[in-house]
Amino acid sequence: MDKVLRMSSEKGVVIFSKSSCCLSYAVQVLFQDLGVSPKIHEIDKDPECREIEKALMKLGCSKPVPAVFIGGKLVGSTNEINFSPHTEFARGISKNATKLSQSFK
Amino acid sequence: FQHCPNKLRILLKFAVEGSMNSTSTHFVPPRRVGIYEPLHQFGMWGETFKNNIGNGGDMNTPSHIIIPNNQKLDNNNLSEDTSHGTGGTPHTFDQEASTSRHPDKIQRRLAQNREAARKSRLRKKAYVQQLETSRLKLIHLEQELDRARQQGFYVGNGIDTNSLSFSEPMNPGIAAFEMEYGHWFQEQNKQICELRTVLQGQVSDVELRLLVENGMKHYFDLFRMKSAAAKADVFFVMSGMWRTSSERFFLWIGGFRPSDLLKVLLPHFDVMTDQQILDVCNLRQSCQQAEDALSQGMEKLQHTLADCVAGGRLGEGSYIPQVNSAMERLEALVSFVNQADHLRHETLQQMHRILTTRQAARGLLALGEYFQRLRALSSSWATRHRELT
Repeated sequence: MDKVLRMSSEKGVVIFSKSSCCLSYAVQVLFQDLGVSPKIHEIDKDPECREIEKALMKLGCSKPVPAVFIGGKLVGSTNEINFSPHTEFARGISKNATKLSQSFK
Repeated sequence: FQHCPNKLRILLKFAVEGSMNSTSTHFVPPRRVGIYEPLHQFGMWGETFKNNIGNGGDMNTPSHIIIPNNQKLDNNNLSEDTSHGTGGTPHTFDQEASTSRHPDKIQRRLAQNREAARKSRLRKKAYVQQLETSRLKLIHLEQELDRARQQGFYVGNGIDTNSLSFSEPMNPGIAAFEMEYGHWFQEQNKQICELRTVLQGQVSDVELRLLVENGMKHYFDLFRMKSAAAKADVFFVMSGMWRTSSERFFLWIGGFRPSDLLKVLLPHFDVMTDQQILDVCNLRQSCQQAEDALSQGMEKLQHTLADCVAGGRLGEGSYIPQVNSAMERLEALVSFVNQADHLRHETLQQMHRILTTRQAARGLLALGEYFQRLRALSSSWATRHRELT
């Protein structure tokens, strides 16, 4: 859990994904399209993959990947935000994300 | 009727009288038989009994009529059917014992055998004739289904209209979806008609708001239904099997492409404010970005699935070694369908937010009519194709 919290604050935008997960890939593409360069953690390449999964689920994700953290805060798995065009939330996120990833550069 | 042995005759008579009195609970016809003529046409009963004998229970067969089975028939009528073998043993003993001493008995035996054989041939002929009739009925039914589709009714694709083979037992989740969609479809047509009528005259904003809310809710219902169907059979949803061929041509991850739709609808709204135009353009751009991301994800999914299926050695006739990982990929497909529908849902929500009630009503009407035209195109194309051949 600590590891997850640490990893999620490493950069403005952090995405937990798996190399085999195509939806995670779609999320990455979306953020790149928005002009944001997120930090991507492929947890299936991490030896502690199982623990990371459990921690992510405990933090509120219905599925461990893809999980998006902005400014260290979990903004849910894809259902809620990433593909919602133009909700206040999504707009706010992309604004924050750009700001934050720039501040971390 | 003459070919039926006595016991069966009695049963059939009871059945007919029973159904006419509607007090008998034994021979209640299944609902599906609604497609046949009323029960007091006796020929039907003969047919449905014969069709059920030794039947494996395909989907068009009435399954809860009580049938006297062949075995019982033979046992009840040994005096007529001794040559059929099942009840034959005690009589053959008699036959052997009596042959040497009673040549008349031999003659009688032979005559009975001939008679039984003749009756068997006649029964077989009757059965084959009934099969032929059923086959013709089936062709007729399929033609009616085609006609219904052309007239704009939704008819499920579970029935294969290209061949006379009965489909395999249908996925109950998909069967449920198709039924629900049939209702949804009719309700949709009703709503479009109502919107059209109402917008041609004078209507209060309050009433219009109600219609718009209902229209939106109706689409959201469809997304909910699709989500359940995707869990039952994701390929069914991905291929848009419940839609007409022209709709399927434009299919993007199991439904319409939101950005395309916005492009189609944009010119059809009444005067829009600059802010509205800006908002809609931003919405379209967000849609395109989201669609692009999802499309790329889908491409990756296809590549990895193809790699999975091709894994191991091809050409040795062995099944794919990584079945589990292939199945996992297909689970991911369900997520994609849900994401795409979520995107459609969000797009509709945002449009509702951006537009006025009146504009939203016109938008829903335009959207509905667009799909109606698309479906009509399918029918026109199909008929044109037939006329050519």
